[in-house]
Amino acid sequence: MESLMPPPVRRIAADRQATVAPAPSSNGGEPALDGAPARARGLSRPDRPRVPAIERMRAENLVLAYGGKPAVKGVSLPIRQGEVLALIGPSGCGKTTLLRSLNRLTELTPTATREGRILLDGQDVDQLEVTQLRRRISMVFQQPNPFPMSVFDNVAYALREQGKKRPGKKELAPQVEEALVRAGLFDEVRADLQHPALRLSGGQQQRLCIARALAARPEVLLLDEPCSALDPKSTEVIEELIVRLREEVAIVIVTHNLQQAYRVADNVAFMYLGDLVEYGPTDQIFHAPTQHRTREYVGGAFG
Amino acid sequence: MAAAAPKRTGAVESYSTWRWTDRLALALCWACGIALCVAAASILLYMGFRGLQYLRPELLFERPTGAVDQTKSGGILDPILGTLMLTVLGTAIAIPLAVCVAIWLVEYGRPAGLARAVESGVEIVAGTPSIVLAIFGLIIFQQPWLGWLSFTAEGGGVFGRSLINASIMMSFIALPLVVGATREGLNAIPGHVREASYALGKTKAATIRRVLLPAVRPSIATGTALGMGRIAGDTAIVIILLGNTLLIEPQEGMPVLGLLTGTGSTLTSYVYENSPAGEGGAYEKAYAAAFVLLLVVLVLNFAVARVVGGSSTSRSNLWNR
Repeated sequence: MESLMPPPVRRIAADRQATVAPAPSSNGGEPALDGAPARARGLSRPDRPRVPAIERMRAENLVLAYGGKPAVKGVSLPIRQGEVLALIGPSGCGKTTLLRSLNRLTELTPTATREGRILLDGQDVDQLEVTQLRRRISMVFQQPNPFPMSVFDNVAYALREQGKKRPGKKELAPQVEEALVRAGLFDEVRADLQHPALRLSGGQQQRLCIARALAARPEVLLLDEPCSALDPKSTEVIEELIVRLREEVAIVIVTHNLQQAYRVADNVAFMYLGDLVEYGPTDQIFHAPTQHRTREYVGGAFG
Repeated sequence: MAAAAPKRTGAVESYSTWRWTDRLALALCWACGIALCVAAASILLYMGFRGLQYLRPELLFERPTGAVDQTKSGGILDPILGTLMLTVLGTAIAIPLAVCVAIWLVEYGRPAGLARAVESGVEIVAGTPSIVLAIFGLIIFQQPWLGWLSFTAEGGGVFGRSLINASIMMSFIALPLVVGATREGLNAIPGHVREASYALGKTKAATIRRVLLPAVRPSIATGTALGMGRIAGDTAIVIILLGNTLLIEPQEGMPVLGLLTGTGSTLTSYVYENSPAGEGGAYEKAYAAAFVLLLVVLVLNFAVARVVGGSSTSRSNLWNR
């Protein structure tokens, strides 16, 4: 009869839920994150070299609405190269709308309206031709979405400028390779550059999308929950990539994953119901928020 | 003894608890499915049997003649060529038009009233019987200013019947099928794929050309295969607009244009004429031609699936895994 018994359910270790004590360490640096997964510690913030920050973009009093219904209410933010900016907040708080407005993707929605200014290197984005603007501010989406062509062509597609004489494959090859190297994908696809991109794994596809977005050497890279469709291993690879890339390009990342924001961001903006509630350095937002609502929201971060 | 792996049990539900109407309905579903298989198999087997019985290889390469004596009436080369030319031309006209219509409907579709009108137009074309299309086509192509598309008699009467005229009307048969399949394919592409292209600084035109069209190629192939089958199988347009001459009769003096503006027949009209329903009453030839027609349609379908569909992997849902 014993054989009919189901195997015992393995108990989940009680110490899995570690408590985080936001105690500043003695040298005044970053607090230790006890019990955080090893991979988080591998990326832990104290080890990160500081990179000089250059302001590339600035949103000034940005108001966005869909059919008169406000989604973002008067947000001002700087976006700097050398620092990763994370936008966090509950669903429907306007963070994705804000992100999409930065390269004028919201204009694709017929009912969307925008007020306020967005500056790219001191120039109003409305004065730039939209295809030129989007070459300078490119974007990676939640779902990996390589185009139905080869790995090489996916990157080459981004490189070929609109309306110019199309450069051949040979001319583009070094730039394609460079973009794949920067996205940390080249070693894996070196032999398969002519294979269909949709045959890659999900994590590889997303890194291909990042390579594609980096190919035209943009000044700003927008990431809309880039890891939410990926497994933990791919997420880790992409997070490391984001931290590395922030030296060459200004990065804005929207994420629902607070730990991810903690791991990758230098500055965090917490949004709630269209308002920018709090903006500041990551440690301040997570360990010493000044706003009551921020404290409540990030309180769930490591619990 | 350790117990053996638990056996999978069979049906867990007893039909005895069902109402008799439900049991009857289930039995009917089974019966209908099996009956359809039997019907399809008997068509294939009977046509295959008769076809192989009467089909001699030389029939495929001999031109037909009008002799009543069946030993002298020749082969079916001209109808085979007629079917191939008409099908290829008809789909060649239909595919670009249909893809344009589908792209406009899905990617633009404004103003909404016009989009609804276009949709209704496609549905009306799809619902029009081919004999009506044929008569309509004849009226149009007999206009004097379209006389260059067909044979003009002495005195200025336009014949209105030619390969190109028949192909144009045939394209209306394939058009709704290709439009439908392409629309479905475009609708299945998630919006973020288009946005990803715009976010790289690409125009809508470039996005359609380089991203959307390659992605819907398998859908276009599916629609085309269906459309080809319908064109190859249509008789009314052949009899009314192709002239239904036993031989392919190009207009004289023009190498390619003469063929296009000339008349001919197809396997369907040949089968009709030779079956007991038509004039010939040569059912041996009719069976042989019908069998060849079946083969031609099957081969066309495979060819289209290979050529248009390319070597791409599974056709549905490239991004929605």
